[in-house]
Amino acid sequence: MNLPNAEILFETLAERIKPLIKANTAIVGIHSGGAWLAERLLPLLGHDLEHGILDVSFYRDDFNERGLHRETKPSQIPFDVQDKHILLIDDVFYTGRTIRAAMNELFDYGRPASITLAVLVNRGGRELPIAPQISAFNTELDDSQNLQLLRHENGTFYFTLEENT
Amino acid sequence: MLNPQLNDDGELKHLLSIEGLPKRILNQILDTAESFAGVAEREVKKVPLLRGKTVCNLFFENSTRTRTTFEIAAKRLSADVITLNVSTSSQSKGETILDTIDNLTAMHADMFVVRHAQSGAAHMIAKHVAPHISVINAGDGSHAHPTQGLLDVFTIRKYKPEMHNLRVAIVGDVLHSRVARSEIHALTTLGVPEVRVIAPKTLLPQDVEKLGVHVYHDMNEGLKDVDVVMMLRLQNERMAGAMLPSAQEYFKIYGLTSEKLALAKPDAIVMHPGPMNRGVEIDSAVADGTQSVILPQVTYGIAVRMAVMSILAGN
Repeated sequence: MNLPNAEILFETLAERIKPLIKANTAIVGIHSGGAWLAERLLPLLGHDLEHGILDVSFYRDDFNERGLHRETKPSQIPFDVQDKHILLIDDVFYTGRTIRAAMNELFDYGRPASITLAVLVNRGGRELPIAPQISAFNTELDDSQNLQLLRHENGTFYFTLEENT
Repeated sequence: MLNPQLNDDGELKHLLSIEGLPKRILNQILDTAESFAGVAEREVKKVPLLRGKTVCNLFFENSTRTRTTFEIAAKRLSADVITLNVSTSSQSKGETILDTIDNLTAMHADMFVVRHAQSGAAHMIAKHVAPHISVINAGDGSHAHPTQGLLDVFTIRKYKPEMHNLRVAIVGDVLHSRVARSEIHALTTLGVPEVRVIAPKTLLPQDVEKLGVHVYHDMNEGLKDVDVVMMLRLQNERMAGAMLPSAQEYFKIYGLTSEKLALAKPDAIVMHPGPMNRGVEIDSAVADGTQSVILPQVTYGIAVRMAVMSILAGN
């Protein structure tokens, strides 16, 4: 398959998110791709938006098989989650397990009024009844394929597609 | 030589002593602790990592701070925690340590946190347990207290992030102190260029220089221009015979007062592993002063112990 242009998808994503911003919305990016996206979305959506980063390492459901992720980053949610409309951002939506972990973690900060999931790509392969409300691109990839968002030094995005061996 | 703390993949399986651990693993623990530090600020101070696991705190020797912080750490990881003060239970009825361990293993314990007055107790237990069980040394005799050493360097890194540029003084009863040994190994492994020990000759181990430290017997010389002052507790309970004239005399020469602290850098931090003997090794004005980070040490101890337990349980 031809890899989509990540920069064009980013613009599409920003356009689709804009109408959702209302009073009491906060934006949360999932480490690392979702956090990059949130960082660049912020100036487009309004600098005064409350925002944070989640690293879901402590909430993953594969800890017993794989142990703790080697490089955990602190989650930073510097606002009160209680009664906020949370816009949760991730780069690639796949099984839904990361989102489940992220929602579990968010609820340990408080009870949000709502959570909306927006992703750059929905690549298919969902294993849980969880799906993004917004995605800039939908495709069906094989389980053997690994689609990853990466970032150039100047901050622009691109995709890589690898075959898992 | 085979390091009993590491598994076949070179990852941490037991935490018995900082000696022999590579910098990579110390940094992994400290970085992970950084992530856990935020958990205490949240509405729900818990993560689900060790849900369904059972952690046994085995304290064959008294402790308040270490036992409590290990217990809180395990609970914040959602583990089930059992704390046994063994000195007051089956040991007094004649059961051996390894029988106690076997019985707790039969109850499906997944991790042992062990404090014992004998050096090497945690090593012995680590050699004995089944492969899925991890052992953490919470202080063995005068040998090692690795989580204290780790929380001390974590605290230093928080206040003085440029570790490769620091002058650190460890003051007091180095001879009986497992904390000092663990601190020295942690500091030198992480690349702190100058570690000093300040103590009377009677409270220094032989060949202490071989640990890579500079030895001072005079506070006025030793404290000059240091960034960190780590005080040690005078361990009266481990002293046989007359190693010191008197507590008052000791305080006069080696007690940390505001006047002596003024010799260190103006922004130097003061640390103490607790419990403090006020007026013996440290003056109250310093212990409660603006340069003291003694209580933050306690708080950071929880995050560091959470990091150690979650890394061990995952390997």
